[in-house]
Amino acid sequence: MRLSLLLACAAVLTIGCEKKTSTDPKPAEVKQPVADTKPAEPAKPPEAKPAEDVLLLGEVGSLTGSEAAFGISTRDGIAMAIDEANEAGGVKGKKLAVRVYDDQSKPEEAASAVTRLITQDKVLVILGEVASSNSLAMAPKAQEAKTPMISPSSTNPKVTEIGDYIFRVCFIDPFQGFVMAKYSREELKFNNVAILTDKRSAYSEGLTEVFQKKFAELGGKIVGVESYSKGDTDFRAQLTNIKKLKAQGLYVPGYYQDVAVIAEQAKELGLKVTMMGGDGWDSAKLFELGGTSVVGSYVSNHYSADDPSPRVQEFIKKYQARYKTTPDSLAALGYDAARVAIEAMKRAPELTGPAIRDQIAITKDFPGVAGTITLDEKRNPVKPAVVLKVEEGKFKYVSTVAP
Amino acid sequence: MIYDLAQHLINAIAAGTIYALVALGYTMVYGVLKLINFAHGDVMMVGVYVGYAVAFLLGKEASTSLLGFLAVFLVAMLVCALIGFLIERFAYRPLREKPRLTSLITAIGISFALSYGFQLDATVSKVRDEVTGTESWKLTSTPCAANSECVTLLPGAAARRFPTIIESVEWLKFSSDDEVSEVRLLNWQVMSFLIAVGLMVALQVLVYRTKFGKAMRAVSHDHRTAALLGIPVDTVIAGTFMLGSALAAGAGILYAIKDKQVQPLMGMYVGLKAFVAAVIGGIGNLKGAVTGALLLGLCEEGVVWFGSSSWRDAVAFGFLIIVLLFRPEGLFGRAVAEKV
Repeated sequence: MRLSLLLACAAVLTIGCEKKTSTDPKPAEVKQPVADTKPAEPAKPPEAKPAEDVLLLGEVGSLTGSEAAFGISTRDGIAMAIDEANEAGGVKGKKLAVRVYDDQSKPEEAASAVTRLITQDKVLVILGEVASSNSLAMAPKAQEAKTPMISPSSTNPKVTEIGDYIFRVCFIDPFQGFVMAKYSREELKFNNVAILTDKRSAYSEGLTEVFQKKFAELGGKIVGVESYSKGDTDFRAQLTNIKKLKAQGLYVPGYYQDVAVIAEQAKELGLKVTMMGGDGWDSAKLFELGGTSVVGSYVSNHYSADDPSPRVQEFIKKYQARYKTTPDSLAALGYDAARVAIEAMKRAPELTGPAIRDQIAITKDFPGVAGTITLDEKRNPVKPAVVLKVEEGKFKYVSTVAP
Repeated sequence: MIYDLAQHLINAIAAGTIYALVALGYTMVYGVLKLINFAHGDVMMVGVYVGYAVAFLLGKEASTSLLGFLAVFLVAMLVCALIGFLIERFAYRPLREKPRLTSLITAIGISFALSYGFQLDATVSKVRDEVTGTESWKLTSTPCAANSECVTLLPGAAARRFPTIIESVEWLKFSSDDEVSEVRLLNWQVMSFLIAVGLMVALQVLVYRTKFGKAMRAVSHDHRTAALLGIPVDTVIAGTFMLGSALAAGAGILYAIKDKQVQPLMGMYVGLKAFVAAVIGGIGNLKGAVTGALLLGLCEEGVVWFGSSSWRDAVAFGFLIIVLLFRPEGLFGRAVAEKV
């Protein structure tokens, strides 16, 4: 095994590089750099309880694996919220820190990471995950330990149904499917739409289900449903089938990495159809991977960087100063989730799971950057969605669809 | 109908030839060593990243020229041959006389080390010391920010678009009168096919027409006796690994031309399918690997065409089970009585 590790290094060296062997024996653990805190605190190993004067939050995210771009944006958004709170004096006179574990985009890793956060690190609040499949694996553990969990961007309805300790700060799938069905039927005037769905993703299936129902209700016709599995890179067979259906629109509620390839291959096969999707498309990577083939598509999303409201523009300015890039909605939602948690901790009479939970539950008119958040009795926020049009290298805001 | 058939056939053959090239590597190594080299798909992935780096360094102009195109292939194949050599030398050779399971687990270990190692971010960026005013290069584990002086060493987890090394040109296009069904044949599809066939023919010649090939077959038959007869078994095995890895790199580049994406986990997906293809064909048999791969490509495409895309992998792999029920040794494999 030692040899194979050596080999991995050797293999890596051959592309002209020098790899520093990780000093951390647990590769899945990523320590979150928290700027401007007292140096000794966050660096402590996660043995027993954290230092007394630090309030520890936990985060589980996909820092590697197929949804890494999402996990990294979310982590950055959360880190910014934590640092801002610390600059403003922390909570109850104590500084905040966040411990981040990487789940490699896998539900089983997410479940073990959340267990570690609860039993080993004894965190007050858990933030995460992005992908619904991973959040679903985490939620029962958080519920059982009575540790509040806030998912920044898992849109599958089942996530918060797990229990009364599970919250989210984004809208849910039925709503995204609803928004796109309504927009394509009423604004784009489509009659025939085909669907290409990722059958291994709870997210994709959720959007598909509602879109199908709503689009038919509004008098449109779903002419065909094809599917693929996460990890596929050849969609030509499905697209060759879809081409024959003469659909006006193609709904692809997948993740950016697959969508980019689908768009590219659709273009190559001469498929002339307007593609539509959800917030899974939202990544700068979409343009890098898909080139011009994604241009002209429509997506529903949580927030738009074009939104002129001062709340959004101020967030974008701070984020750009810090990370030199425009925040995507994952970063915005990560930021919102962390702030909702911090606000609840400030209001809570004591810092225990149940007390913080009660405060999160009564969040009302919270000024999030991705829309004002009021949590309903099912612990889901009621807020509008935006429809964006894909242009060369960017998403352009076209419309807002209210619930 | 005929147009649909033609288009589906083009899709299937494009996928099948790539599975075939990867499957050849599995089958060759199994042939000489009776080892399933699970790291094979990941070596392919490394090859694609090497190709990516070469194309990137050459720039768009140079990498779309014929010489640039060849350079991408050759450098990737050479580097992978070297990696194959190193893996064999340091991970498998010391374990060769140990129980077979040990090597198998080592292979899985290498596979994970490569596919997850490549997901790490490692960059060297220019850092300015504000006190002394000097600039130095520092190793960090964060991705490069845009417009900063920074060099990426390890690619990181996110998928990247493979640079265009062949400009896509439509060579053939037929459409039915109502323009619903079309067949499109693109230049790179033809070229990929020819390159894949060329590599397979070259391999066939090497194995059956050269001295090295003869030695390889001898080692495959019985490596102890081969050693007694003066065949340098270590060299032959190392050569086989290098050959298989180079083929994998070639396959990887063709794959990246086809699907235009490179990401650290790609080796696992393609590797698994190629492994299945090798088993269908009869592992250890070269013709079998190619046949198995084409069959798997056709099968996958056929299920989507006639049935439903949700059933694709289930049916394709179910087919494997049926083949193995009737011919446990694979289509071309020879049943060998176990010596007691």
